Amino acid sequence: MKASEMTTKTLDKRMAARDVVASLRDGMTIGIGGWGPRRKPMALVREILRSDLRDLTIVAYGGADVGMLCAAGKVRKLVFAFVSLDAIPLEPWFRKARESGRIEVLELDEGMFQWGLKAAAFGLPFLPTRVGLGTDLAELGGLRTVQSPYEDGETLIAMPALKLDAALIHANRSDWRGNVHLFGPDSYYDEWFARAAAKTYVSCEELVDRMEDHHPGDAHFNIVERCFVSGVVHMPCGAHPSSMPPAYGWDMKAFKAYADAAKDPGDWAAVADRFVGASEQAYLESIGGKEAVAALPLPIF
Amino acid sequence: MTDITLAELCIFACSEAFRGNGEIIATGVGPVPRLAAGLAKLTHSPELLMTDGEAYLVEQPVPIGPRGYDDRKAAGHLPFSRFFDSAVWTGRRHAMVTPTQLDRFGQINLSYLGGSHAQPRTQMLGVRGFPGNTIYHPNSFFFPAHSPRVFVPGEVDMVSGVGYNPAKRVAGGNYAGVDLRRIVTNLCVMDFGGENADGNRAIRVVSLHPGVSFDEVQAATGFPLERGEIIETPLPDAQALEIIAALDPHGIRAGVIKDNPPARRP
Repeated sequence: MKASEMTTKTLDKRMAARDVVASLRDGMTIGIGGWGPRRKPMALVREILRSDLRDLTIVAYGGADVGMLCAAGKVRKLVFAFVSLDAIPLEPWFRKARESGRIEVLELDEGMFQWGLKAAAFGLPFLPTRVGLGTDLAELGGLRTVQSPYEDGETLIAMPALKLDAALIHANRSDWRGNVHLFGPDSYYDEWFARAAAKTYVSCEELVDRMEDHHPGDAHFNIVERCFVSGVVHMPCGAHPSSMPPAYGWDMKAFKAYADAAKDPGDWAAVADRFVGASEQAYLESIGGKEAVAALPLPIF
Repeated sequence: MTDITLAELCIFACSEAFRGNGEIIATGVGPVPRLAAGLAKLTHSPELLMTDGEAYLVEQPVPIGPRGYDDRKAAGHLPFSRFFDSAVWTGRRHAMVTPTQLDRFGQINLSYLGGSHAQPRTQMLGVRGFPGNTIYHPNSFFFPAHSPRVFVPGEVDMVSGVGYNPAKRVAGGNYAGVDLRRIVTNLCVMDFGGENADGNRAIRVVSLHPGVSFDEVQAATGFPLERGEIIETPLPDAQALEIIAALDPHGIRAGVIKDNPPARRP
């Protein structure tokens, strides 16, 4: 018997999107990977929007994921540094939620945010940083300071761990066991969302049974190890309308329609069906199918 | 030289902020700052590092506006996933940005306007990376419309970036990295080299664009300005204009300042 044939049992973390959402509970703290309008696990977000989940604390470098969840009344508290769709700088549904005073917030600097994820990943109560000193962040966020115990005696902000009950990320490729590959120019802080979370659910463009049999040469794209992945959902086009390089760019036409709807009619309940759909299949069909998504050009900065 | 625009003069003035900075990441956010960083790299400061606006380090600044996706030639890689490790928290960066408000201390705001943090009247972007940028590395600013709505009286609505405000400084903190450099507007160039009555750093005018008076600048500013040794802001030379045109092939700079006026007032 050859060594390659010795593995008889294959770990299998495949799930359906509805089972991912069924494993989440009201009041949970959920981290969402990606950055603004880029590589967002939107299909999983849409599945949350189709569910009864509520009172969530959302932790994200925010884009339409945050806007939609705020608009749908799913968010009790938001942990953020920005919410933006890049070419549409101000996320209109997020603005509406903020200006209505409906959501509680913890506003952070982008760097403090990833520092908080790292503190959570390492099981630390906080990590020290200079960032935040001299601004309104500490006072508004109730962030405390610590003093260096060494000779310098420096006073630093204690950035609290951003512990996540669950994290959602969208990967270019995964196998059944949760060996993920993330391509594209930037994977942002997806790996730290995964390490900061009790459970991480990955949706992916491409799913294979055993990574080593299909793509052994791409192992350096495995930026987070499978022990941090609890479930894998095969979800082609799952980042739409955000970008997922190299597979497809963002759908600015869809973002614009979504942004316009915040003004007219301005009521999420009236337009949710257009931006969420009754099912992921119905949603994909409504935007022209996989071919239309594959044809979206990569964004130019 | 009558066809030089005020936007081009501003790009030239902004590019001076990046002179002699060494091997640091020059980040210009928005057309004028970005063109300025590219101009600096292609003229007096080739040692600057910069990205294509996304995640790749380029030695040839990437033109702004529509272009082929693969036009940029990557010499290196600096994704957001490494940005704090490499650029921001090591102090190896100089950013030029356009916040919504700036006050007499150099404190900036792009989070929200009016109301309260719990319920803002106008929600904007959020603080983004400004708190970290301003405590770790040099920062400069460009404003296309100099007015008291930008240069606000009192303090900004939400302090998103560290300034030279002693009242805001928690005792024992290390503020050695706070380094606010240059402010370029459609009227003048300013820096933080002044000193106010309390002995703190203050914003001073160092050059006025052709035909602009100090009084006009002061009237458009919500707090008292100091006077440096004021000169007339230099016009870009022919080489600079050629580079600016090459880096902005679609003429996006013409839309930055209202009515795209000439550099020298008629």
